[in-house]
Amino acid sequence: MLIDPARETGQLTLLTNAMVREVTTDAEGRATGVSYIDTRTRSEQKVQADIVILAASACESARLLLNSTSNQHPNGLANSSGVVGRYLMDSTGTTVAGILPQLMNDPDHNCDGVGGMHVYIPWWLHDQHDRLGFPRGYHFEIWGGRGMPGYGIMNNIHTYNDAFAGPDERPKGGGGYGPQLKEDYRRFYGSVVGLSGRGEMVAREDNYCEIDPDTVDQYGIPTLRFNVNWSDAELQQVRHMQETGREILRSMDAHVFGDMPTEEQDYGITMPGEIIHEAGTTRMGDDPRSSVLNSYCQAHDVDNLFVTDAGPLVSMPHKNPTWTIMALAMRASDYIIDQRNKGTL
Amino acid sequence: MADMERRDALKLLGLMAATSTFSFACTAEETSTGSAAATPPDGTTRPTADYTKQFFTDHEMRTVRVMADLVIPADDRSGSASDARVPEFIDHVMTDELLGDPQPRQTAMRGGLAWVDYQCLQRFDALFADCSEAQQKELLDDIAWPDAAPDGMEAGVEFFNSFRNLVASGFFSSKMGVDDLGYIGNTYVSEWTGCPDDVRAT
Ligand SMILES: Cc1cc2nc3c(=O)[nH]c(=O)nc-3n(C[C@H](O)[C@H](O)[C@H](O)COP(=O)(O)OP(=O)(O)OC[C@H]3O[C@@H](n4cnc5c(N)ncnc54)[C@H](O)[C@@H]3O)c2cc1C
Repeated sequence: MLIDPARETGQLTLLTNAMVREVTTDAEGRATGVSYIDTRTRSEQKVQADIVILAASACESARLLLNSTSNQHPNGLANSSGVVGRYLMDSTGTTVAGILPQLMNDPDHNCDGVGGMHVYIPWWLHDQHDRLGFPRGYHFEIWGGRGMPGYGIMNNIHTYNDAFAGPDERPKGGGGYGPQLKEDYRRFYGSVVGLSGRGEMVAREDNYCEIDPDTVDQYGIPTLRFNVNWSDAELQQVRHMQETGREILRSMDAHVFGDMPTEEQDYGITMPGEIIHEAGTTRMGDDPRSSVLNSYCQAHDVDNLFVTDAGPLVSMPHKNPTWTIMALAMRASDYIIDQRNKGTL
Repeated sequence: MADMERRDALKLLGLMAATSTFSFACTAEETSTGSAAATPPDGTTRPTADYTKQFFTDHEMRTVRVMADLVIPADDRSGSASDARVPEFIDHVMTDELLGDPQPRQTAMRGGLAWVDYQCLQRFDALFADCSEAQQKELLDDIAWPDAAPDGMEAGVEFFNSFRNLVASGFFSSKMGVDDLGYIGNTYVSEWTGCPDDVRAT
């Protein structure tokens, strides 16, 4: 998004097909650039730099730091605190969906561009966490409509095509084949509406990624392994999502898909990482003993090193993270320009 | 948000599929890797007019054709599954590596078709494709309604649930099926006038 304006300055050189291996450092432990592999020729390359800014996405930037070991930084670069890779977060997630009879047999109409069924539900119980039994909020994203038919369309119609029909009409329940089934696909097309809950996970030190000593990728770069678990804070929140989503759909006379997931099923929560909102692995803070970066995304240990992806996030926004990433990156950029102008960086 | 919607929809649909012996069509995993990977690097897809069969034997293809047309027959609004080349689509799905490891769905499909033939041999002394339409329907009636299926039909039910899914995927994603459903998006809209009045008239 910001590459074109950067290019227009004439000051940008963009190297593509460059897989960075590590941040290089000098004898004092300051960053001197990066080494990378040219993925087309498989040749090792280096770039020198006064300032290194990592924005490789939260886990990858942690991986780069953890792989950048040296005498000064035996545990990885900018990791004297030991928290690089820790406090790893994702958004919580679960989905409830059903058929709204009001939307069945609709006249043909174009739903392209109708985001979220025209509805978005932000967190509304922010002042009631005491009674809720979980500390953080969530939102609902609504989906549905007459989307372009594709692979997987109306999969498993046998689980619902007897809904909204009397027992006389469908004595054998859902399923079937032939003219009636073909008509069912037409009737139900566009009538499914879903509510996807996305919530804030609590940052915890014992959720982390680390270098797997036994595994490298195709470039010989050590890869990450993950240790992340949900706690009761997330499970109770997702339980609330499920109950609320079902209540909303039922109040609209929907045929709700599936039963409420049980405690044994972790209330239907996604796997950590599944919502693909990784954050927190290089968290910012005022105390260098418990954080990697300062509030300008600058490494406490290495003043010419910055991280501007979701790694700096100390807590997870319950909304999706990209705007926050960009805002923090912009703030860091202003700071770098200011420090350069003052001659302190 | 579009990605999120899609990801969740596929996941949910996949979750609702029971997975056991004869299950192969459109699991969440397949569908999502498929959507991510199915587009070649230049962003185009290249349908070939003269499709060459990759997986089914001639006999299996004939069985698939007959069964697919029983699932979605022609009517006054659109053609049948084979008119929309659903059998060719299913053959392609069986081998397409972009949809993940083909081995499990190949085994499930092949096993399911063989199960159907074996049932028909026992009942009617003929392979499914050679049975009369009444006989073919007699078998399908035992496996097409999961809740009403007689004992011992579980494997067939599982197979047919997946087969139905694949036929629907192939038919409704074809030009014929898209027109049948009345999908009218993906067109240039010069002015957004909101939801049409006749859609939400109360
Ligand atoms: C399917 C999907 C849907 C999403 N939907 C939303 C949404 O609706 N709203 C929202 O806010 N967020 C959404 N997200 C999350 C959002 O995309 C990410 O949080 C965001 O893109 C992260 O930005 P980033 O700059 O940190 O990393 P990225 O956007 O991942 O950019 C990192 C870049 O670094 C490059 N890179 C990585 N490693 C190296 C290396 N070793 N050497 C050189 N280059 C490297 C990568 O190629 C990439 O170009 C979604 C994510 C996914 C996957």
